[in-house]
Amino acid sequence: MSAHLLALKLDEAQRLNPAFAALIGPTPKPDLSLADWLASLDGGDLDRLKFSRIELEAHLLALIAEAEGFRTPVTRLRELRILGGRDKTGGAENLDLVLRPGAIVSVVGPTGSGKSRFLGDIECLAQGDTPSGRRILIDGEIPDPARRWAASGKLVAQLSQNMNFVVDLTVGDFIEMHAECRAVDAPEQVAAEVIACANRLAGEKFSANISLTQLSGGQSRALMIADVALLSSSPIVLIDEIENAGINRRQALDLLVASDKIVLMSTHDPILALHAQKRIVIAAGAVAQVIETSATERAHLAALEHYDRLMSDLRETLRHGARLETLPPQFSPFG
Amino acid sequence: MRVITVAGPPSVGKTALILKTAKTLGDDGQKLAVVKFDCLSTDDDLLYRRAGIAVAAGLAGSVCPDHYFVSNIDDCLQWAESLGADLLIAESAGLCNRCSPHVQGALAVCVVDNLSGVHTPKKIGPMLKMADVVAITKGDIVSQAEREVFAHNVWRANPQARIVAFNGLTGQGAGELAFAMRGAPDLETLEGRRLRFPMPSAICSYCIGETCIGENHQRGNVRKMRFPEVLA
Ligand SMILES: Nc1nc2c(ncn2[C@@H]2O[C@H](COP(=O)(O)OP(=O)(O)OP(=O)(O)O)[C@@H](O)[C@H]2O)c(=O)[nH]1
Ligand SMILES: [Mg+2]
Ligand SMILES: [Zn+2]
Ligand SMILES: [Zn+2]
Repeated sequence: MSAHLLALKLDEAQRLNPAFAALIGPTPKPDLSLADWLASLDGGDLDRLKFSRIELEAHLLALIAEAEGFRTPVTRLRELRILGGRDKTGGAENLDLVLRPGAIVSVVGPTGSGKSRFLGDIECLAQGDTPSGRRILIDGEIPDPARRWAASGKLVAQLSQNMNFVVDLTVGDFIEMHAECRAVDAPEQVAAEVIACANRLAGEKFSANISLTQLSGGQSRALMIADVALLSSSPIVLIDEIENAGINRRQALDLLVASDKIVLMSTHDPILALHAQKRIVIAAGAVAQVIETSATERAHLAALEHYDRLMSDLRETLRHGARLETLPPQFSPFG
Repeated sequence: MRVITVAGPPSVGKTALILKTAKTLGDDGQKLAVVKFDCLSTDDDLLYRRAGIAVAAGLAGSVCPDHYFVSNIDDCLQWAESLGADLLIAESAGLCNRCSPHVQGALAVCVVDNLSGVHTPKKIGPMLKMADVVAITKGDIVSQAEREVFAHNVWRANPQARIVAFNGLTGQGAGELAFAMRGAPDLETLEGRRLRFPMPSAICSYCIGETCIGENHQRGNVRKMRFPEVLA
């Protein structure tokens, strides 16, 4: 394989992977073969490139060989199967749960009961080697040990309360950069879509020119969700206790489902929990129950969302400096 | 003996990563010895000792800790051998992004954190580019999008490395790292083995104690800056 790659002309190799071009810099002779170019380098060139000749060759060959690999856009997944392990006292956990793309599952349970462990087991594709003893099958199979780790990073995207944007770039530039990493055809256009979508989810609008670190909590979360839905290659999304003030939750979940993700979220928010098709109840380190959301439960959503809107109206009133002397009649404890 | 070099900028989470991975390796019955290389001071030896791990600390003082590392690493291996350890991990704070402690034949791990900004991977030299495994820490506090961009930039800087997302607080990623460490080559000695990348050769008057500024005081391997032309 390496012989035919070494025969590639420099400009061909540069086209295959922009990282190749970035690494070797401007080349006076773009139609030189890679092999001839490597042979022409002297000590000063290698010093500038910070590589020995052998390492440079291996490095460039890997860049070319993998250029195709990373262009494969989305990691496909047919089903995720979770097999029970044991609870905190060592008793067997009775669980065999199969989830397919488009599934939304909420995970509930008291603090310390093991919700994060449950999400963590999915994150690392546990094979009986975590404290819970659970096993995770991908498309019905045990991921082979050497590939398990490579797969876990690609399969699972995570969102949590502690996460912030830290990079000092504008929203537009950064999302475009993310789109470029995914090798999408029109990064600029995709970035604009992500930002428009985040604006539909966020209560307060923001533009592409604002710096990421200036976003409010709600705007950040809206952007993270829109980005995961439209740009992340991972088919599984884990959401850990994400605070949901300032975003439209129903739209956020609809968006993730529309992009064919499997969503698992630990939450105590009744609106999110009832939007999920299933609810996993965790107690003492094990799944105690898997509850299907009933039609009656789902019928309550309209009422819950109504109250939720009233609460956010009150927030909005406070934000504008007004007083809350009278509450809407629905808030009367006697009414 | 399996020898593993763990290098990375200060405070990225090298010790946290080694401690969590040591726990996983220990559960498998592997005995570990750790050497910490630093410049002026380190408290890491206390952390390792508290976790019941055999540790030695080497303070480089006025020389680069990576230079100090090469001069001492074979002795470290003999020390670990005498303790009956299965693995020797050398933690070194890569202070000048130019040096790298990675040795051919020993598993080379580079640790970087998500907080350092998406452009960092390309600024770190051979310490990252020559590593077999690049562990990326502190993903728990940045967005999924930044994690993906950061990992992609690490991949661009070193497409041959295995990239591991590691959480130094929870130990997420320890299973994968322990898997890589168990698979590291078994070595009897490091004598005669080579560094993966030569350390800078500059020896100038400042390397040996000169402190005065000025042309007259600059001897040996001195490199001068070039400035853009001033337009009239
Ligand atoms: N949030 C978060 N904090 C982390 C993570 N990994 C390490 N830390 C914290 O970062 C700080 C530095 O970690 P260390 O393990 O001491 O870093 P180090 O690279 O060994 O530092 P030096 O040896 O002094 O260069 C500690 O407070 C850790 O708890 C992580 O994944 N997430
Ligand atoms: Mg340390
Ligand atoms: Zn140095
Ligand atoms: Zn000097």
